[in-house]
Amino acid sequence: MSYVGYVDDAFYRDLAAGFADWQREDRRISDPSLLESCRALLHLEARLLDEGRFEDWLALFADECLFWVPGSPGGDPKREIAVAFDDRRQLEGRIYRLRTGYAWSQVPQSRTSRIVSNVEAFRGESEAVCMVRSSFLITELRGGEARTFAGWNAHRLARDGGGWKILVKQLNLIDCDQNLRNPSLLL
Amino acid sequence: MNISISSRPLHDWDALVQADRAHRILYTDPAVFQEEMTKVFGAVWVYLGHESQIPKKDDFIATKLGLRPVILLRDSAGTLRALYNRCTHRGSTVCRAASGNAKAFQCPYHGWTFLNSGRLAGVPWPDGYACDFKDDKFNLAQLPRVESYRGFIFGTLNLEMPPLTEYLGEAARPLDEWIDRNPGGRIAVCGANRLKYKGNWKLAYDNSCDGYHVVFSHRSLLEMENRHEKDPNKGMSYYKSKPDEAPMYCRCYGRGHHLKDKRPNVEKRAGALWAIEGAHPGKERYEARLRERFGKEADRWLDLASSEPINLTIFPNLLILGNHIQVLEPVSVDETNTVWYGTAIVDGPDIPPGVAEDINALRLRTQEGFPTFGEVDDLTNFEEIQKGLAAQEDEWVYMHRGMDIPGRITTDERGIVTGPATDEVFMRLYIHHWKELMKANPVLSVKRAP
Ligand code: FES
Ligand SMILES: [Fe+2]
Repeated sequence: MSYVGYVDDAFYRDLAAGFADWQREDRRISDPSLLESCRALLHLEARLLDEGRFEDWLALFADECLFWVPGSPGGDPKREIAVAFDDRRQLEGRIYRLRTGYAWSQVPQSRTSRIVSNVEAFRGESEAVCMVRSSFLITELRGGEARTFAGWNAHRLARDGGGWKILVKQLNLIDCDQNLRNPSLLL
Repeated sequence: MNISISSRPLHDWDALVQADRAHRILYTDPAVFQEEMTKVFGAVWVYLGHESQIPKKDDFIATKLGLRPVILLRDSAGTLRALYNRCTHRGSTVCRAASGNAKAFQCPYHGWTFLNSGRLAGVPWPDGYACDFKDDKFNLAQLPRVESYRGFIFGTLNLEMPPLTEYLGEAARPLDEWIDRNPGGRIAVCGANRLKYKGNWKLAYDNSCDGYHVVFSHRSLLEMENRHEKDPNKGMSYYKSKPDEAPMYCRCYGRGHHLKDKRPNVEKRAGALWAIEGAHPGKERYEARLRERFGKEADRWLDLASSEPINLTIFPNLLILGNHIQVLEPVSVDETNTVWYGTAIVDGPDIPPGVAEDINALRLRTQEGFPTFGEVDDLTNFEEIQKGLAAQEDEWVYMHRGMDIPGRITTDERGIVTGPATDEVFMRLYIHHWKELMKANPVLSVKRAP
């Protein structure tokens, strides 16, 4: 489907509202099958990324989506630079760049292993939306050296038939406000 | 207090820095790095931070002068100071926050407390001491010279440095132009893309005015930005064919400062910059809203959300490019931080209400593009140079592009050198300046009396 610009003040407002005070006990989802469906999506996502299947990864996202890596804990994207703030077009561009064969930061391509754990889910503002928190550890082998990125993800998911689509993936790196070495596969 | 430096040269610098090439050990020898921290980063004006990061009295940020931990602050009287973040008791840092507002700093180790003028305010249980704590030697050390040029704060330990404006020289003109393109000349730092690489800091400096690498090192970015065929001239596309024949140029001002001016490549009309800006989040909606309000006049505002096509480099650590203030932080001989501070325009009576907010919503996003999709490839290439330079017997790094070609490079009566955008003349000039600094024996000092 062709891209129509959707990032505007309302988008930023919804984002702020959706990410304010969402990890609340009174919203915890304990239904095992619901929880399991969220966990399955996260596991699939991690595997697609580790296998370098970026187009398939992008297919997990809703049309009007966001991939967001704040540049400071809780950083407001209207006030400060983010490590990443990609709408769909920019995510497509990101993948396009990796596929050119000339993205030297990924030639040769790194190997990665993503571990996703500590999954908790919370009801969103409606039945159609839920928020999922998980911890991640990305180990990356590049240039003969293994290194790690650690932190936690917030996924904002929208119901899509029997499953979910990713509205927003917020990747919270523990060292988001430190100097990062080659974060080109920090996804 | 003066710090004397050994007068015996570490190396035969003339043998290591020649007309057309530099020796690999400039990039690989820890002893050279150590010496640079004194003779370069201690002895010239070094960029420390921007006034918008410490707008109010008692505001501070943590920064570095070379490897020295420094607290850059506006003290309780409003004076800009750069204090060593180093307790005079036994050496602990007294400030562990990256930024904040504080009238005083209490050392967490034994509780000595210092005012933000640097003066020692008190020590716990003073009756255990026979000394006079009024002695200046117990005050925090601080840079004897701190000056701001239009918000850009520099410091040095060298009392013989000329005033900052003289140090900047003619390089202050493009800096003025870069500042003045923003309404009222007002900018504010708004976060940063922070990157690092395993390589010597000079590899980034060597790149600062390099128009030769663009279509190769940044090929993936150029292809990404121009992937929509109907519009193939985004970003730095003017490099794609014969960049030396394009109107852009490289200019060297002396003292290692230089400019790559790409502005002449872009049509001189409102909206021309916005027309070549890549497609970033928010582009359509914010542009539509501004056009609804201002029609054609929106172009001049949208240009402010676009990347300004200059690379201005102030030796040794400040790089102005696009809308970024990029700062090089040497960490060790083969580790460097590059911090890409974003800048926003600041509201004022000269801007219609709401425009600054809309422009900044775009400008934040346009600034995230280059570090993310461009710089990472350069940093990889810097790391690969550092690896390549491990080949000990292959000694030389060449920087002779543009040399000895009659008429290619010109020098005006002020000594300003101009050449085509892909020439390495800026490298030759700065590394020779560096060589003179490494040969010199500057007298460095700190001050204790606030
Ligand atoms: S080291 Fe600071 S009070 Fe002892
Ligand atoms: Fe570059």
